[in-house]
Amino acid sequence: MTTTRRTLLGGTAGVLALPGLLRAQESPGVTASEIRIGTTYALSGPASAYSLIPKCLTAMFKRLNEQGGINGRQVNFLVYDDAYSPPKTLEQTRRLVEQDKVAFLFNNLGTPTNSAIHRYVNQRKIPHLFLATGADKWADPKGYPWTIGWQPSYRTEAQIYAKHILEQKPNARIGLLHQNDDFGKDYVNGVKDVLGARFDAMVRTASHEATDATIDSQVVSLQAAGCDALVCGIIPRFASQAIRRVFDLGWKPLMFMSNVSVSGAVVIEPAGKEKAIGLITSDYRKDQSDPSWADDPGMKEWRDFMARYIPDGELGDNNYTYAYGVGLTLLQVLRQCGNNLSRENVLKQATSLKPLELPTLLPGVTVGTSPDNYHPIRHMQLQRWDGRGWVRFGKVIEGAQV
Amino acid sequence: MDGLAHQIVAGIATGGIYASVALAIVMIYQATHHVNFAQGEMATLSTFIAWSMVQAGMPYWVAFFATIAVSFAIGVVVERILIRPVANAPVLTMVGVFIGLLLIIGNATGWIFGYTTKVFPSPFASEKPLFGGLVSAHELGSTAVTLTVLTLVWAFFRFTKLGLAMRAAAYNPRSARLVGIRVGWMLALGWGLAAAIGAVAGMMVAPVVFLDPTMMLGILLYAFAGALMGGIDNPAGAVLGGFTVGVLENLAGAYVVGTELKLTVALAIIIGVLLVRPSGLFGRVVFSRV
Repeated sequence: MTTTRRTLLGGTAGVLALPGLLRAQESPGVTASEIRIGTTYALSGPASAYSLIPKCLTAMFKRLNEQGGINGRQVNFLVYDDAYSPPKTLEQTRRLVEQDKVAFLFNNLGTPTNSAIHRYVNQRKIPHLFLATGADKWADPKGYPWTIGWQPSYRTEAQIYAKHILEQKPNARIGLLHQNDDFGKDYVNGVKDVLGARFDAMVRTASHEATDATIDSQVVSLQAAGCDALVCGIIPRFASQAIRRVFDLGWKPLMFMSNVSVSGAVVIEPAGKEKAIGLITSDYRKDQSDPSWADDPGMKEWRDFMARYIPDGELGDNNYTYAYGVGLTLLQVLRQCGNNLSRENVLKQATSLKPLELPTLLPGVTVGTSPDNYHPIRHMQLQRWDGRGWVRFGKVIEGAQV
Repeated sequence: MDGLAHQIVAGIATGGIYASVALAIVMIYQATHHVNFAQGEMATLSTFIAWSMVQAGMPYWVAFFATIAVSFAIGVVVERILIRPVANAPVLTMVGVFIGLLLIIGNATGWIFGYTTKVFPSPFASEKPLFGGLVSAHELGSTAVTLTVLTLVWAFFRFTKLGLAMRAAAYNPRSARLVGIRVGWMLALGWGLAAAIGAVAGMMVAPVVFLDPTMMLGILLYAFAGALMGGIDNPAGAVLGGFTVGVLENLAGAYVVGTELKLTVALAIIIGVLLVRPSGLFGRVVFSRV
């Protein structure tokens, strides 16, 4: 047996500092006066529009700290830039975990970027909470128990569309246009969840690559196959193309668009506001531009927060309402943890949230988890483009149980 | 059978996009004997310049020709500053420079203009879609523009002294220099022309695929396939190749290999042509006597 000088010194130091350090050693990133939380975000590069989210979260922790923190502890929120590049995400995450010794990770952005650290954080047993991505793979309590998403997954979204189609047109022939990757395939899986054995008979799929110039050929194929419903799991650029092409062909299917590709300014206007009339999508948030929320107490709370902490923020940007919701969810977890901020307990509390209503989410949409339900938000409401804006209709629908 | 006809018409429309970019690739190859990987990014930058001009209130056609002029200047400047110093370097160095150029121009475009999708106007607007919505007036118009550019390029190389000098400078720089051609400037001119043609291609493509900094990324690959298929040194062949790739890709995707392997078709065409007929279907076979 060898005793190196380092272990000897370390051991001695440990004994000397025993009373104060004991708790800190039990719970990395936590002291009597501070809890350290880390995240990685695209603060630069093509996805940097999302950098508003950590900006809002930082402001929320500032508000919390001004109000005395949580159980007397100030929250120290570290945000590192990964430029939406997976290798950088891993590098920055290791920095957060190994140098900054954060208690846990919260709301890291992006599907490819989080995929790069998925194994690492699970091997190290670090809570990887409420990620800013809609991929369904984060809901895997058996394989990756330390990782959990937040927003409804693309798969849940597709389940809701399929349920609505069955309600409206029980014998529909469904065209499924999707990008040929994890994102697009979530839509295929979601429709399959609902249709089960009928999938092959009812659905015709057409995929495209993110690098394709146009998706005209796929749209033409689906029309020729006689589809009268069309579900699109595609990104904004192709969404504009699809809306325009379907309209130009004179094809009038019951058309659903992924809710990542429904921005009025980015998708609908380029395609043409009139060409999108009748298009259906879904949301779980209150749309701040919708006048029916003008006097809503929840949205008023959010507006007051914005006026006080982010006075220069663009109120029309729904990244802020997203961030406000996910931030409040974390605060609930921290409150539930009480004085036990060990990684095990943080995960335990994050995966046992009783259905929670949040000010920026639609009425009837709740955040709730359990050790075998890693889909915090499972409800959405459909909305239809009327030529000027999105109009909600029907009840809040829950995704399928799978 | 209706579906088949639709796929072919849609393929020709998409092929028109590939053809216009393929033409720009062939152009620079004609003038410099290099394939410029940054061609697509340069065209995207030009399109953004045109977009800014239109946004600033300039009439479309004024912005169109102003952009061609600006792009020509950018092409010449790039050749003078970046390509000239490595003109005699090994091929790998050139490839490195081209890829560097691709990254620099691509990221600079995103940094300056942002990554959100923008609408680019078309000069060939029509109220009603044609052929049952398969082809827009814009697609017909842009095909006409591509063919016009092709004719101009062909006439330029075939009938003008400058065109002859440029060909000479590319094929045999030493002899060209001996007969008094300023080879360096001919190359710069070639870059300028290629950038100008790229700008036209970009402005014709953008109304269809919408404008963002990554607009040309996928198109360039198909355009390469088209250019190689028609013959990398034959402008008319490249245009025909572009259309053929568009149609083949659609037919293979719809009836043969399925949409998941559509992109693979483009790569298979590149490899197939290089294996069977390296000079392309319409390219000239060049023999060098050693």
